[in-house]
Amino acid sequence: MHNDALALGGRIFTNRLFTGTGKFGGNAQIPKMLAASGSQMITVALRRVDASAGMENILAFIPAGVTLLPNTSGARNAEQAVRVARIAREAGCGDFIKIEVITDMKYLMPDNWETLKATEVLAKEGFVVLPYVLPDLPLAKRLEEAGAAAVMPLGSPIGSNRGLETRPLIEMLIENCRIPVVVDAGIGRPSQAAEAMEMGADAVLVNTAIATANDPEAMGRAFDLAVRAGRAAYLAELAGQSVTARASSPLTGFLDG
Amino acid sequence: MSFFPIVEQYQDFDFSSFFDQVTDDTVERSLARDKLSAMDFLTLLSPRAAGHLEQMAHKAHRLTLQHFGRTVQMFIPLYISNVCTNGCAYCSFNHRNPILRRTLTLQEIEVEAQAIAGTGMRHVLFLTGEAPKVTPMDYLVEAARCLKRYFASVAIELYPLEVDEYRQLAEAGVDSMTLFQETYDQEVYSRVHLAGRKQDFHWRLNAPERAAQAGLRAVNLGALLGLAEPRQDLFCTGLHARYLETTFLDTEVSISLPRFNEAECGDFRPDFTVDDRTFVQFMTALRLFLPRSGLTVSTRESAEFRDRILQLGATRYSAASSTGVGGYADNSAEQTHQFEITDTRSVKEVAAAITNQGYQPIYKDWDVIA
Repeated sequence: MHNDALALGGRIFTNRLFTGTGKFGGNAQIPKMLAASGSQMITVALRRVDASAGMENILAFIPAGVTLLPNTSGARNAEQAVRVARIAREAGCGDFIKIEVITDMKYLMPDNWETLKATEVLAKEGFVVLPYVLPDLPLAKRLEEAGAAAVMPLGSPIGSNRGLETRPLIEMLIENCRIPVVVDAGIGRPSQAAEAMEMGADAVLVNTAIATANDPEAMGRAFDLAVRAGRAAYLAELAGQSVTARASSPLTGFLDG
Repeated sequence: MSFFPIVEQYQDFDFSSFFDQVTDDTVERSLARDKLSAMDFLTLLSPRAAGHLEQMAHKAHRLTLQHFGRTVQMFIPLYISNVCTNGCAYCSFNHRNPILRRTLTLQEIEVEAQAIAGTGMRHVLFLTGEAPKVTPMDYLVEAARCLKRYFASVAIELYPLEVDEYRQLAEAGVDSMTLFQETYDQEVYSRVHLAGRKQDFHWRLNAPERAAQAGLRAVNLGALLGLAEPRQDLFCTGLHARYLETTFLDTEVSISLPRFNEAECGDFRPDFTVDDRTFVQFMTALRLFLPRSGLTVSTRESAEFRDRILQLGATRYSAASSTGVGGYADNSAEQTHQFEITDTRSVKEVAAAITNQGYQPIYKDWDVIA
């Protein structure tokens, strides 16, 4: 397991739980949650960043060493997402960007077309682009071609806590994408995070379930354990499969005789 | 397209016999559903459902936590003019009232903006009466441009505009709008709106969707509870919100719950009052019907009450509000306020009360990206 690190955008992540900064009852909970969960990447909506807020600026609560993943929440089209990404970079938030283009405020479904357009532009500008999408294999392949660093399919609608409702579609992405697949949105319980990792997801991003727990710190720890367990199970199953493949098959053994 | 056919559909609906037929069983059934129909919503607004308030409150709390977390969006209103050609029987800005009329110059708006920005507020809502000759489009556009230099989000609460006019304001930096229909009961509407363009029920009713067509990201609706039968008005407000969120998927729809408080009415006596218990029933029923909609509670409500309802579904609070023209840079001038505020605490005090409850006051949740 010690060699099982995730390489993304030129960085190495030994923890596969990505987290978010939204919905906390107080920003002071964020560094505690990060320490408890071990999460090494956290997303923050640029619309929430207020450089004039001094110590209350949300960025002041994210410890050095944790990769900042600014997101384009609030963007309604590719052009706006691109603009937010550039502002984020100019504001010193780094090269990572989660593209979130939402034109449906009722279910908060991502707009895959606009997301692809924004990815094409930003990848060329050297951003480490993590697009948040509805799981769709042809789209994921287009994102890959466009230079996305990973693809982030939703398990179910943002904040719904309904788990992996899109499981079969995510499985297609996991089987066929060369870039990492990070399950983002809808994971409401540690067991669902474990399930995503068992399936072979490279990482998960969890915000609502941690931030709105009565004890976000303890919930962060629980998700860390679940993600590790799921990942371990995935790796163990791979090993198991390879053993099976080497064994001779009694069902067809007669054909050799 | 218009919400009006839906208003018409319920114009002759027999609300009282519907309420008479509601039983504890039907309330339980509506409460248990993940997706509430219009009739489920009405069931939860019934007097009978008041007996299930604790259950409604628990579910409302859970849904609010899920969709909004422990956060409250803060904003501050700025009246830039009280000149008005309308004759609203309940409003102190009524054109017949002999009050001091004032319209801020752009320089004065800037001074107010600086004073407000000093409180830490980053979302502002600017308001006028309905007097397009005194506060014409070019003035409104300049006001918006000026405020945009000081605030992350600029919202409007103006007289109803054309699509193209909303678009001009959007280009000037306005991102959201509030407009109260006041009442969806056309008979009452005619009775209390006695002069001016506001007499045109349809022109006002369709304004939020004109704003949505113009690309404003958020619209905020409301009925002034007490003018007409409040359960019916709240029902129509909820249906209006659902109509808009379904018709304009890219628009965020939120709802305000303004009600008369006893001190404020002057000579006007509303036909109905909404007590705290009913207010909470309304708020929780709205949350169950529209889980993602923002719910705005203004400083009309008392500090104590606002602190209590934080957990029940409220997501947007105004604070330190002045409802007279200007009033932030220099609040020494005697002037008439549009309505009396009850929660008179400063931004810091409101924020501290929110923090004490384990919630986070959010000052900035928007930016210049459009």
